[in-house]
Amino acid sequence: MKRHLISAADLSRGDALLILDTAEELASLADRPIKKLPTLRGRTVVNLFFEDSTRTRISFEAAAKRLSADVINFSAKGSSVAKGESLKDTALTLEAMGADAVVIRHSASGAAHRLAGWVRGSVVNAGDGTHEHPTQALLDAFTIRRKLRAASGRGAGLDGIRVTIVGDVLHSRVARSNVLLLSTLGAEVTLAAPPTLLPLAVDTWPCAVSYDLDTALPKSDVVMMLRVQQERMTDAYFPSVREYSRRYGLDTARMARLPDHAIVLHPGPMNRGVEIAAEVADSARSMIVEQVANGVTTRMAVLYLLLGGTEFPEVAS
Amino acid sequence: MTAWLIKGAVIAGPGGHGVTDVLLADGTITAIGAGLSDAGAQVLDAAGLIALPGLVDLHTHLREPGREDAETVETGTRAAALGGFTAVHAMANTEPVADTAGVVEQVWRLGRAAGHCDVQPVGAVTVGLGGTRLAELGTMADSAARVRVFSDDGRCVADPLLMRRALEYVKAFDGVIAQHAQDPRLTEGAQLNEGEISGRLGLAGWPAVAEEAIIARDCLLAAHVGSALHVCHVSTAGSAEIIRWAKSKGWPVTAEVTPHHLLLTDEVAVGYDPVFKVNPPLRTAADVAELRRALADGTIDCVATDHAPHPVEAKETEWSEAAFGMTGLETALRVVQQAMVDTGLLDWPGVADRMSVRPARIGRLTGHGMPLAEGGPANLTLYDPAAPAEAVSPVGASKSRNTPFAGMALPGRVVATFLHGTPTVLDGKLA
Repeated sequence: MKRHLISAADLSRGDALLILDTAEELASLADRPIKKLPTLRGRTVVNLFFEDSTRTRISFEAAAKRLSADVINFSAKGSSVAKGESLKDTALTLEAMGADAVVIRHSASGAAHRLAGWVRGSVVNAGDGTHEHPTQALLDAFTIRRKLRAASGRGAGLDGIRVTIVGDVLHSRVARSNVLLLSTLGAEVTLAAPPTLLPLAVDTWPCAVSYDLDTALPKSDVVMMLRVQQERMTDAYFPSVREYSRRYGLDTARMARLPDHAIVLHPGPMNRGVEIAAEVADSARSMIVEQVANGVTTRMAVLYLLLGGTEFPEVAS
Repeated sequence: MTAWLIKGAVIAGPGGHGVTDVLLADGTITAIGAGLSDAGAQVLDAAGLIALPGLVDLHTHLREPGREDAETVETGTRAAALGGFTAVHAMANTEPVADTAGVVEQVWRLGRAAGHCDVQPVGAVTVGLGGTRLAELGTMADSAARVRVFSDDGRCVADPLLMRRALEYVKAFDGVIAQHAQDPRLTEGAQLNEGEISGRLGLAGWPAVAEEAIIARDCLLAAHVGSALHVCHVSTAGSAEIIRWAKSKGWPVTAEVTPHHLLLTDEVAVGYDPVFKVNPPLRTAADVAELRRALADGTIDCVATDHAPHPVEAKETEWSEAAFGMTGLETALRVVQQAMVDTGLLDWPGVADRMSVRPARIGRLTGHGMPLAEGGPANLTLYDPAAPAEAVSPVGASKSRNTPFAGMALPGRVVATFLHGTPTVLDGKLA
């Protein structure tokens, strides 16, 4: 595996399976009364969050702490960054403090890539602008595999599983990382969105594209609903929130078109009543709560593999 | 004033000769021919070198006044001389903006004082580059700086009525409007050419149509009012096609292309290094091929550097935070050799035409862009096209280091530059 995790494209199929299998081992930890492993004792993980994202930060924090790493949370608000410090100077500061891993969330695409050029530790991209969010894709793949592959699915890919990703692909780092990772793992990915919310050259991506959600749903084992950002609602990407919801929202009628075994994913936070109806979000098909739990396990696996080497942790003892 | 005898150069340009000698005295070329001698003259052995009329840049950002941390007239014109230029047009987006006679005269005087090349200020089209009110174009034209080229470069004169009026107004003093063609609405927040790379990198796309739509509109306006339009930094195949069409109609339209748009594509952005961030953005290989073809067939009149120096901190940042622009004066001729000459698209007389004759004509410059001939001005560049390709250093005479060519092996070497008969560069170093 590479030293950093910046793009889902950094992961070979073997790398991705190693992470998922490691996460599977670590998942058993979550059921034990003491959830902590000593694996990363003495290592420092910095959560460098230039964008508010409580759920992702907490997920990484829990992951690092369960591996006994020291965690430093660095939030840009109220810090030197707010006073005009550059990303490079922030990086040099972290470097001087001896961060072994930096988990970065930033509003600019490529920020994680730039950071990796300035620090010696491993960089984990926790979302950079409209580029990528590879650990989200890993936790989604993990969730899909657990649910749709028999037993623990260890060693298995997602070959032949049909995943439909719905919504604002153009601005979605979740969609970019998922298209790359899921296709690496053998899934058949379809993007369903209005043409205004698809990248111009989406035909070069390893996936199919449909403007019509209804025809895609019966052929889906997994539906992943993307959040509609507030700022898209006023910039002519679609005429109105109501029309978007009518054409691309997942309500109970649409959910009924899915095969019986199909599951529904959402990276959160949800706009209930916009891209997903409350009844769907709270239904048995919804994996949204599982995604959160799996997020911690998957991020543990990533931190473990980047910082602790490739040896398998002794979880079973 | 010392006379110079240049021995054994090959003159490129209209009426170019074979190997010959050139004698410079008192700012003019006093003799051209084989076996010249002059006991009082300094001799420069130019065997193997090509003599070009001194290069003229239609598009240079010297940053003074206002951003002397990035460049000054002194450092920028040093870089120009080292690149083989004897005249540069200083763009108007300084602080304060060059939108009054006072500012353009200041820049003109700084250029005279620096003495490394002639500095011809460009005046802003609109007050403060604001795009709403015409600047005092006539007053700048009448000033000591004798401004003829007007541009809001960095911003587009987007208002069609204002563009029409500007084009019309400058007819009174043979002016030209140099348009930065960029529809502002189509490029809100845009970062990189809209296509496969921007989609993959998650950088907001900059569509070709944002440039092409403005160029098409402006060509129609120029035809309608019968006034001169110059299109800055053409970057797409579609733009070249529109300009070819406008020229076929006989309309008064000229255009430039930058060295970087002749050599680089948006693929270089995959590392998110903002040294490759530029306005207009780098495009695709298909665009590069078409721009080269258009420069070769004369659809695009000239190469202009759009030399845009920025301090280190403006580029050592996230892509979206970084400033747009690249330096280019010191590498322009070498890039043109690589992209146009070594590919067989353009010969050296063609280079003389596209980098000296035509830009001087478009800029209404006298004393530059003239064929090297007896009695002509002694502005010339001696270039060694056979110099082995050498990696470009990021550190040059420019105050800034934001060259996209750093580390890239480029052929050729500017050996000497003469301005009004006096060397500004000798043996590749400032004289």
